[in-house]
Amino acid sequence: MAGYLFRRLVQSALILLGVSFITFLLLYVLPADPVRQIAGRSATAQTVENIREQLGLDQPMLVQYGRYLTGLVQGDMGRSYLQKTEVSSLIAARLPASLLLMAGGIACELLIGLTFGIVAAIYRGRPLDQGLMVTSFVAVSAPQFVVGLLLLYLFAVRLGWFPIGGYGTFAHLVLPALTLGIMGSGWYSRMMRSSMIDVLRQDYIRTARAKGLSRRRVLLRHALPNAILPIIAMIGIDIGIFMGGIVVVESVFGWPGIGQLAWQAIQRVDIPIIMGVTMVSAAAIVLGNLIADLVTPFIDPRIKLR
Amino acid sequence: MKKLLLSTAMLAATALPSFAQGYTPDPNATPGGMITVTYKDDVATLDPAIGYDWQNWSMIKSLFDGLMDYVPGTTELRPGLAESYDVSEDGTVFTFKLRSGVTFHNGREMTAEDVKYSLDRVTNPETQSPGAGFFASIAGFDEISSGEADSLSGVEVIDPLTVKITLSRPDATFLHVAALNFASVVPKEAIEEWGTDFGKHPVGTGAFKLGEWTIGQRLVFEKNADYWRDGVPYLDGVTFEVGQEPIVALLRLQQGEVDVPGDGIPPAKFQEVMGDPAQASRVVEGGQLHTGYITLNVGMEPLDQLPVREAINMAINKERITQIINGRAVPATQPLPPSMPGYTEGYEGYAFDVDGAKAKLAEAGLEDGFTTELYVMNTDPNPRIAQAIQQDLKAIGVDVEIRSLAQANVIEAGGAGQAPMIWSGGMAWIADFPDASNFYGPILGCAGAGEGGWNWSKFCDESIDTMATEADSFTDPSAPERLEMWSEVYQKVMEQAPWVPVFNEQRYTMKSERMGGEDALYVDPVSIPVNYDYVFVTE
Repeated sequence: MAGYLFRRLVQSALILLGVSFITFLLLYVLPADPVRQIAGRSATAQTVENIREQLGLDQPMLVQYGRYLTGLVQGDMGRSYLQKTEVSSLIAARLPASLLLMAGGIACELLIGLTFGIVAAIYRGRPLDQGLMVTSFVAVSAPQFVVGLLLLYLFAVRLGWFPIGGYGTFAHLVLPALTLGIMGSGWYSRMMRSSMIDVLRQDYIRTARAKGLSRRRVLLRHALPNAILPIIAMIGIDIGIFMGGIVVVESVFGWPGIGQLAWQAIQRVDIPIIMGVTMVSAAAIVLGNLIADLVTPFIDPRIKLR
Repeated sequence: MKKLLLSTAMLAATALPSFAQGYTPDPNATPGGMITVTYKDDVATLDPAIGYDWQNWSMIKSLFDGLMDYVPGTTELRPGLAESYDVSEDGTVFTFKLRSGVTFHNGREMTAEDVKYSLDRVTNPETQSPGAGFFASIAGFDEISSGEADSLSGVEVIDPLTVKITLSRPDATFLHVAALNFASVVPKEAIEEWGTDFGKHPVGTGAFKLGEWTIGQRLVFEKNADYWRDGVPYLDGVTFEVGQEPIVALLRLQQGEVDVPGDGIPPAKFQEVMGDPAQASRVVEGGQLHTGYITLNVGMEPLDQLPVREAINMAINKERITQIINGRAVPATQPLPPSMPGYTEGYEGYAFDVDGAKAKLAEAGLEDGFTTELYVMNTDPNPRIAQAIQQDLKAIGVDVEIRSLAQANVIEAGGAGQAPMIWSGGMAWIADFPDASNFYGPILGCAGAGEGGWNWSKFCDESIDTMATEADSFTDPSAPERLEMWSEVYQKVMEQAPWVPVFNEQRYTMKSERMGGEDALYVDPVSIPVNYDYVFVTE
């Protein structure tokens, strides 16, 4: 176990190193000069050169990358070109909002996905099952910006149940979390359905029924805990999927998280912010996968980590 | 000529005190209340030496003051922190007399030392100010920008309330420059305390001070009760909510949660808003110091031939392009927008004439047309406008390939001189200050034509440059002779047709029902979207 963990941690570090290099390279070859963005349209050639020199952007790419990496391992993500503030403090200020949104998204997808999956398994082959599965299919396929705008229009504008964008209260969280969770709920309902069907076929369920236990008790106490286990392991992987989703969802709902920060930085070639958010997201994905793998043996003793 | 210079200088110096406070605030104005303004993007910085975007420009105007200022809602200069000023006969020495008793938000009194410190700071390359170049006419600018000096030799403190600024050449625009945000007076101690984080902890002399800033969410401006202009601001404060899509902001405005959507009315919703009398009545329309244009790269074949550029000018149906943006603009004939002093009334430019355009192409030996590229920023409505341009040029046999890219990439291609044609939408020139010269130097003059400059046509005509320099050596920026020279400069530019001026965008600001103050404040040419210092709420 310790050996496995060590190997995985080394692998994770290598993955992050690769991500940082590729992202840095892509930003370097981008046909847009960050110095011109900083210098503005009235700058003289002298000003542009001064700024380029001060930021070290006149150096070869590998030197720049080396400097970035040296800073990064010491926890210094650099300063934003345009906001003139530490990237780490910008991310730190926005990370809680993103984490809250992700937690909300996970709660939504589990709540919807598991309920749909269980109900569909119980009514397997009947119209309700088919209806739910078609709904999940739509949920998986619908782009988040469309879902977000539809929810916004329906529940915030027409019905006025929730605020139109913003941040602060529980009511603000509902729609963005739902938008983020809907896609995952489609996957979960399908997985839950097949997992539940598998379990319901098992002998011990038949035994429980034969003992004369109520249908409700059989489902909730005997079938559900076993059916749900393989699903739990998936949550770690979701973190990665959500990292992509929050960029869209945060922009639609005006949610002050790191996705929105990244989106604004991309438009303005603010390289330190783009790098910072990419690294934080990549770390979250790697960590999420690692946790998912570590948790699995506890859930299913048949799996051993080596 | 010498005599004229003398008389205008005297006029400027003596006439000043009379219009010094030439603005009568609305008699119905009532103090109190907070308003909510929304923006899509986060506020980058409130450091007046750095901030140079759409949203922080007017915020900085309300937090800081410079020596000069504008009469609210107009392009007319008035003294700001300077009580009065005096210009030498040759137009190179400006002596500013400061107001006494003006205090910074931290309570300390502002003095001439602060003015000097602020100008030294903005021109020092370490500050990385995008506005440093505006101060190039101050003596000692070259030394400070090359790092040889750390102070401008042309800025001298005479006594605590007098500062003398010497220019290395007469510069008619200097008073406008002194009114730019970049020339705002900042307290040294606050900058030493916060360093480069000053932009997040601004301290100025302005009508409002920063109360709260939650990054990515909101900023709250509080009324500066000790503001040196009596009676203003009316509002107790302004809350800026950031991260809000324009469409969401509009919905919230309709529900009464927002007072001014800072990014304006989203294009897709414009007709709906204007078609509803209740909403349309809350929209204020005004001119804007903006021109949308197509640059024609004079260094690339076959656009290096004048008849080809003329043909393209004649082939564009500007009327139809304004319809693409729901008529939110007026067709343009020349680089300057109509509300800019120096605009040539009655100049027709190149009228829409397809047959004439074909004849011009034939003149250049290109009867069969040619193939070229049009660079355009990839956000709506720019690609649609590019398609209209493509169709117009197709009609005269010119095949245009559209390169739709992110803003930064278009600017890069334009600066590098790689783009044959660029539609300026989304990156178009909006004046930094209301003076005719501002549409020339960086975008049509030789100075901007170098590698990386904003003169994307790479047009450089030395004789026109000489004339522009001459026009700028007047001491009074609004001297009629000077404006006439500028009008001539732009007509000469149009003879060479490096641009197709397409339209001048109008500004549409929407406000909530409770917002008060005259319409001019909502389309203020220098404070966009509104002049926060003078608007008020009616409940």
